[in-house]
Amino acid sequence: MEVTSDKFRAAAARSLADTQLQRALARIPERFVAARARAAAEFGEFEQLRAAGAAIRERALARLDVLLERFEAEAVCRGASVHWAVDAAEANRIVLDIARGHGVRRIVKSKSMVTEECALNDALEAAGLAVLETDLGEYILQLARERPSHIIAPVIHKNREEVTELFSARHRRPRSTDIAALCQEAREILRPQFFAADMGISGANFLVAETGSVALFTNEGNGRLVTTLPRVHVAIAGIEKVVETLGELAALARLLPRSATGQAISNYFTLLTGVRGATESDGPEAFHIVLLDNGRSRLLGSELRPILRCIRCGACLNHCPVYQTVGGHAYGWVYPGPMGAVWTPALVGLERARELPEAATFCGQCQVACPVMIPLPDLLRRLRTRTTAEHLRPARERLALNLWGYAARHPRLYALLAAFAARVLYRLGRRRGWVRWLPLAAGWTATRDFPAGEGRTAREVLRRERGG
Amino acid sequence: MRVGLFITCLADLLRPSLARAARTLLALTGAEVVVPRRQTCCGQPALNAGDPATTRALALKLAREFADCDAVVLPSGSCAGTLRIHYPGLFAERPEAERRDIEALAARTHELAEFLDTRLPEVPGRHAGRVTYHDSCSGLRELGVKQAPRALLARVPGLELVEMMNAEDCCGFGGTFALKYGAISAAICDRKCAAIRASGAGTVTGGDLGCLMHLAGRLQRTGDTTTRVLHWAEIVAGTSGAQAWK
Ligand code: SF4
Repeated sequence: MEVTSDKFRAAAARSLADTQLQRALARIPERFVAARARAAAEFGEFEQLRAAGAAIRERALARLDVLLERFEAEAVCRGASVHWAVDAAEANRIVLDIARGHGVRRIVKSKSMVTEECALNDALEAAGLAVLETDLGEYILQLARERPSHIIAPVIHKNREEVTELFSARHRRPRSTDIAALCQEAREILRPQFFAADMGISGANFLVAETGSVALFTNEGNGRLVTTLPRVHVAIAGIEKVVETLGELAALARLLPRSATGQAISNYFTLLTGVRGATESDGPEAFHIVLLDNGRSRLLGSELRPILRCIRCGACLNHCPVYQTVGGHAYGWVYPGPMGAVWTPALVGLERARELPEAATFCGQCQVACPVMIPLPDLLRRLRTRTTAEHLRPARERLALNLWGYAARHPRLYALLAAFAARVLYRLGRRRGWVRWLPLAAGWTATRDFPAGEGRTAREVLRRERGG
Repeated sequence: MRVGLFITCLADLLRPSLARAARTLLALTGAEVVVPRRQTCCGQPALNAGDPATTRALALKLAREFADCDAVVLPSGSCAGTLRIHYPGLFAERPEAERRDIEALAARTHELAEFLDTRLPEVPGRHAGRVTYHDSCSGLRELGVKQAPRALLARVPGLELVEMMNAEDCCGFGGTFALKYGAISAAICDRKCAAIRASGAGTVTGGDLGCLMHLAGRLQRTGDTTTRVLHWAEIVAGTSGAQAWK
């Protein structure tokens, strides 16, 4: 998928001017932030649960190779096939080969961010296969030819009226603006497609090593249909998604829905293990699991390693003041918000996403909300350090930083400059006490006045009061 | 007890009345208060701009200048957080001697409200009317400063403390973020300004000058010339000549 993260600034400006988007984003605090807070409070010992979640994920990362091999062995002995993909292109090729091998023509999909990462739909469609997204939000986006703006609520940027327009244009049915009716309409369109499909593609919230199972948390039920009705099921997962035991999965199952949507448990929790047995009535005849690296193993030994704990709950997006203000598309790739500002440079390269680590206030709300305690502000700070070290910031900015740094290390010079600046500011703003435009801080004064100060530095004032 | 006041670079340049308030309040605790003259900046801007080397140099400079102080006190949650939370991490792989100095510095660093909470015998300030307190992010989430400034404000005669909605939400300042992404920063700020106005308080206060000048500058620019903005220490100290930002 095309990376436009270097155009963050322009995209953010468009988001700020988009009143419809702003109305949609204004729903986040109540719908997600408050809901998570209530769920955490109801649970009681949520902080201990977060610590446990972080430990479980750390344990898995420490033995990633062992757990993945165990996962493969357990999955294979239950009839599944496991494929390893180094990058997105290889993952797409593998899925395409599977489709060809099984004579597949129609594919249904449930929501999966990792397939967005691979731009899998484009690859399949280019090969002449019919691919249908069946998660309601993803279905809407497929009709609208847009990409998700949130990892949990992909269509959060759209309102009901837009969906009405879209459906009436595409479905050629009587218009409806009622949400229940719109859902019913989508259901009636989608339902026969599940039966017609030869192959279902899903993501994976977790992989369980001890049983070779794929765990899915969903709310619409389409995930169950996608993974059980078609004769072939392909699950695609990032290699970091593995945990060792079902017991550990149970702890994460308490954490994920509460953090994501404030639900105690998602409407559906599905554990997919092996193919349909001889005596079973449900399940696919063939079950393929594609394990995608795409840069993840490189992160293991890097300073960004903690991001591999991420369970894609979206809490950091919901709690982020920047995400709440510009929405997900501005981030320019698959993963938005604080986690996206780490994942994107980590996976596509810092030079293509250098703006993202800058687009944070370091308020720390993401870190406090993260169910696996990823120190997101610290990771962003590390990325900023790399940005500076690799000379990826504008020369003007580096010069300013260096001059300031030099002055701050030389107290006499600094005192002189500060005293001078205090006087200049005071003159500029004397009439009102505020400066409306500062050439060296135009980024500030474009939207805010700058205080004129008192005409003396604090150290001058204190020294004078002391009489010397 | 010898207490070193670190004024912070923003207060030095823009808000001498805050430095005076902090010194007044610290002196009331009975401590000997010193203000080392060679102090400049704690290095937080460099740290957040991806230049930890400069921050390390400034950390060592600061540690030297405050070496003879039993406590180092800062009227800013984010600067205190830089000393206490971030400095030690920056020295994890530095020589033992440097690390010891920096860890000792971190251990005796206090945010002003935390320091005064149990130590301030009397409150000189007077205030007529309602005040609402904005929790600046670093103080709140890095240091856990929440109750102390509120308790100090509650002791000011005439002052009625009211809570705004979402007092813990970020105001959008974010240091250099406010310069690099001024438009986003201001849009975040507008939500905070709305919460302040809805609280019915005529005065908003907080513990970090960066956030306060951002709030005040935005209020000013959007035509709100009645809401007053003060650092809580200025209210508690009743600093004569402390002109509210409005
Ligand atoms: S970084 Fe943490 S909060 Fe953000 S999506 Fe990942 S697990 Fe959730």
